[in-house]
Amino acid sequence: MAVAEPIVANDQDAGQSGLARRLAHTWRQPKGFLGWFCNTHHTDIGIRFMVTAFIFLLLGGVLAAMIRLQLIRPENSLMGPDLYNQVFTMHGSTMIFLFAVPMMFQGFGVYIVPLMCGARNIAFPRLNAFSYYLYVGGALVLWGGFLTNTGPDVGWFAYVPLSGPAYSPGHRADIWSQMITFTEVSALGVAICIATTILRHRAPGMTLNRMPILLWEKLVISIAVIFAMPAVMIASGLLLLDRLVGTHFFNPAEGGDVLLYQHLFWFFGHPEVYIIFLPGAAIISTLVECFSRRRIFGYTPIVVSVVATGFIGFSVWVHHMFATGLPQLSESFFTAASLMIVIPTGTQFFCWVATIWYGRLQLRLPMLWCFGFFFVFLIGGLSGVMLASVPVDLQVHDTYFVVAHFHYVLIGGALFPMFAGIYFWFPKMTGRMASAKLGAWHFWLFFFGFNITFFTLHFLGLRGMPRRIYTYGPDMHWQGLNILASTGVIFMTAGLLVFLANVYRSMHTGEIAGNNPWEDAGLEWSVSSPPPPYNFLHVPTVSGRDPLWEDPPDQPVVVGLRDDIRETLVTHSLDADPQHKDEDPGPSIWPFLAAVTVSAAFVGSIFTAWAIPIGAPPVIATLIGWLWPRGQSPTPLPNEVPWIH
Amino acid sequence: MNREFVFVPARFSAQAMPLNPGHHSVLHPAASQAGNIEWLYWVIFWILFAVFVLMVAAFARAGAKSRVLDDAPLPIIEDDDGDRRAGWAVGSALAITVLTLFVVLVLSVITGKRVEGLTSKNPITIQITGHQWWWEISYPNSQADQTVTTANEIHVPVGTPVVVFTNSADVIHSFWAPSITGKRDLLPGYSSAFSFQVDREGTYRGQCAEFCGLQHAHMGFSIIAEPVDKFQSWRQQQLKPAIEPAASESSRGREVFLTHACVMCHTIRGTDAGSRVGPDLTHIASRNMIAAETLPNTAGALAGWVVDPQRIKPGTQMSPNPLAPDELQALVVYLQSLQ
Repeated sequence: MAVAEPIVANDQDAGQSGLARRLAHTWRQPKGFLGWFCNTHHTDIGIRFMVTAFIFLLLGGVLAAMIRLQLIRPENSLMGPDLYNQVFTMHGSTMIFLFAVPMMFQGFGVYIVPLMCGARNIAFPRLNAFSYYLYVGGALVLWGGFLTNTGPDVGWFAYVPLSGPAYSPGHRADIWSQMITFTEVSALGVAICIATTILRHRAPGMTLNRMPILLWEKLVISIAVIFAMPAVMIASGLLLLDRLVGTHFFNPAEGGDVLLYQHLFWFFGHPEVYIIFLPGAAIISTLVECFSRRRIFGYTPIVVSVVATGFIGFSVWVHHMFATGLPQLSESFFTAASLMIVIPTGTQFFCWVATIWYGRLQLRLPMLWCFGFFFVFLIGGLSGVMLASVPVDLQVHDTYFVVAHFHYVLIGGALFPMFAGIYFWFPKMTGRMASAKLGAWHFWLFFFGFNITFFTLHFLGLRGMPRRIYTYGPDMHWQGLNILASTGVIFMTAGLLVFLANVYRSMHTGEIAGNNPWEDAGLEWSVSSPPPPYNFLHVPTVSGRDPLWEDPPDQPVVVGLRDDIRETLVTHSLDADPQHKDEDPGPSIWPFLAAVTVSAAFVGSIFTAWAIPIGAPPVIATLIGWLWPRGQSPTPLPNEVPWIH
Repeated sequence: MNREFVFVPARFSAQAMPLNPGHHSVLHPAASQAGNIEWLYWVIFWILFAVFVLMVAAFARAGAKSRVLDDAPLPIIEDDDGDRRAGWAVGSALAITVLTLFVVLVLSVITGKRVEGLTSKNPITIQITGHQWWWEISYPNSQADQTVTTANEIHVPVGTPVVVFTNSADVIHSFWAPSITGKRDLLPGYSSAFSFQVDREGTYRGQCAEFCGLQHAHMGFSIIAEPVDKFQSWRQQQLKPAIEPAASESSRGREVFLTHACVMCHTIRGTDAGSRVGPDLTHIASRNMIAAETLPNTAGALAGWVVDPQRIKPGTQMSPNPLAPDELQALVVYLQSLQ
């Protein structure tokens, strides 16, 4: 077994560029049309996740604008109930399943986690690529259904018995159920990749207590995904069985239970909120540290808060079901649990304020979006405290007050940090800076429009306007506030258009960024922008929480990884000591083919249960191809510790 | 009580908002249940408003204090002293947070008990069953002939506690009259109970609050709170079978009713019509609205509804009835006679 020539860290340029050339050749991704489907590198897949999810944000936004247009006056005839019910179901499902999680968890996570870990690629890169194609498959099924007038019309939660066989004939509810299967398998796959990358591919020296907060949050989210997603897949799976093969899990006439579905759904549904919010908080923690020019205050409390949020998030689901009529004791328990989640979230807020207070704030574009997040999410969090109180919740549950609340939480907790993160990592992804001027226009338009629309909805809820109604009578006096709420859409749309223009312009004519335009501490800023296909010339080692701020100039690097095959370093979960080397499986068409066969089986099972036995052999065939032993590395990789120089 | 002193300004400011309807608002209670919740709402609101102001001030102060007007990235500062002081500040803020949450929890549990408890004895009992998309209302009695059955319009005596038993005939609905009390889901396969007591005379609107399909938007009801004697006379009237048609036209209308699709779904006690699929029409003329608070109970609206309900509530379970004009005329006259 040939061991690569040890190379000294501060080598001359000649040696470096020779190594860079060899690594670039070894880690190259195939080109061309077919090559696109073979790509397994995490930066490419991560950007695909983000771009795809952003497209669905825009599509979901179009649906939202349709909703606001319909409600602009009483007895509006723009849409009938059949179309309106599809539109709001599609809006919710698109935003949650096709935008929020794929963008905040999958997109950002897949792109940034390996770079922050100092890894050459994500763990299980083929599973990662497979997850992307499966997500696209689910998105196509949902939107294909909608565009052929088979869009789900039972709400994004699809409560039984309304979504059951007796009250939803046709295939609309089936499409919703299978979209869940697609997107949740995708999220589970990525959760496994990200958790494994964080636990096994961290740079030597990056012990658990030196891990950046963002990695902590991604780890907690991955574990939350692994526990939460199966619940909703069981719910939608049982629903599909009720509809397809005539089981009676949710049919009260045959001893089925309609509340069982709600428990399963919200056992997923509430952790889902944190799966969407924690990536946002992770971005905020990263940015607050960078733009306060000071190590973040309260690393340990923040990490403990994040872990606590992950746990408490699983014990609050019943607060979505207060109106079903519960005994007082359980009401009090779930009220207390829901209030308790304020403590870790508050801790993070206080630590962010303290960091800014004792730092030197540079209010650059990404930080502007952080301040937008502070304001918007604060309002959403506080109205959440109101909703945790059972009596108040019973009044405003399922009204526009709740609509206002969760848009403050989700747009505040996901969209504002998302734009902060996009502007922050834009130079890393594209090599160019985004225009700060256009970005500020984008911010103020969006911030203004958002508050106009959603703050108004609180009042509508208090005045008794329930959710999911396609129209209302003129005697309800809801028109004025609805008109006001609808005008905000204009500003939000304008903001998004400015953003798209900014991205387009900055990608072509933006200022060249360099490796580390913000002088941030994360390892991702030590490589060129955009990163090379092998990410790091030498796998780095770190000696503190903020590597680029703390590491001495002669910080050692890992050498001894071969440059003629795709070798990666595997380290210990706790203290990140090098353990052994592993080989990255490299580009392959099989994940794509497997996603196609799995999609075919899933889509078929919307129509007949036979799709499962008939669809299984092709899936197995593609899995055999996927897992077929590769010829090029017959000898097992040596297990000795690579040389750290 | 000083409670009024504190909350009258708040309530006033909320009502001063444009277009406040009043008869259908969480902030305009007419029952002690909604009143207690409104009180809790404002207490929590003002606590959280104070938190909001403090947090915004903290961020603004922090930003203003530490802002540097220089775009070139500054070197990183090491600041152990700041860390120590921040530790105290964050610790105290957390302690205050926990205390505040505890206050909210206790207030919430106490109010919850008040809302759920009966205010006095001898309640009247109402059974409410949700249907796509109307409300079946009955006042059960141990004697079957003393049971009143009606639809969408709930009469209650003022100042008397009302116990409501819930059920659903099809999907999940949710019973909600904002001025009266919080909502309660009507779940198929489950029966539950809650209570309220209306303190002020009046008509209060309610609406289904759980998405229940195509006509979820048109599933309203009203609660009519009236003095006890008026309520009793309403009840006595509702117990009677339908009146015999006096005029020949309404007699013809009854014939139309009994020989067309109407009889497949509706009951008119005192006639052969006894199906329980749709609302009981024995005293339809006594109700203010039809089609679950969708249309006023006028001859024109009634005729339009009978002929083409799908145009008014697309998806409703009632099918169109293409009657000849004179048949329709007679039917409407008959229905309007059913006081």
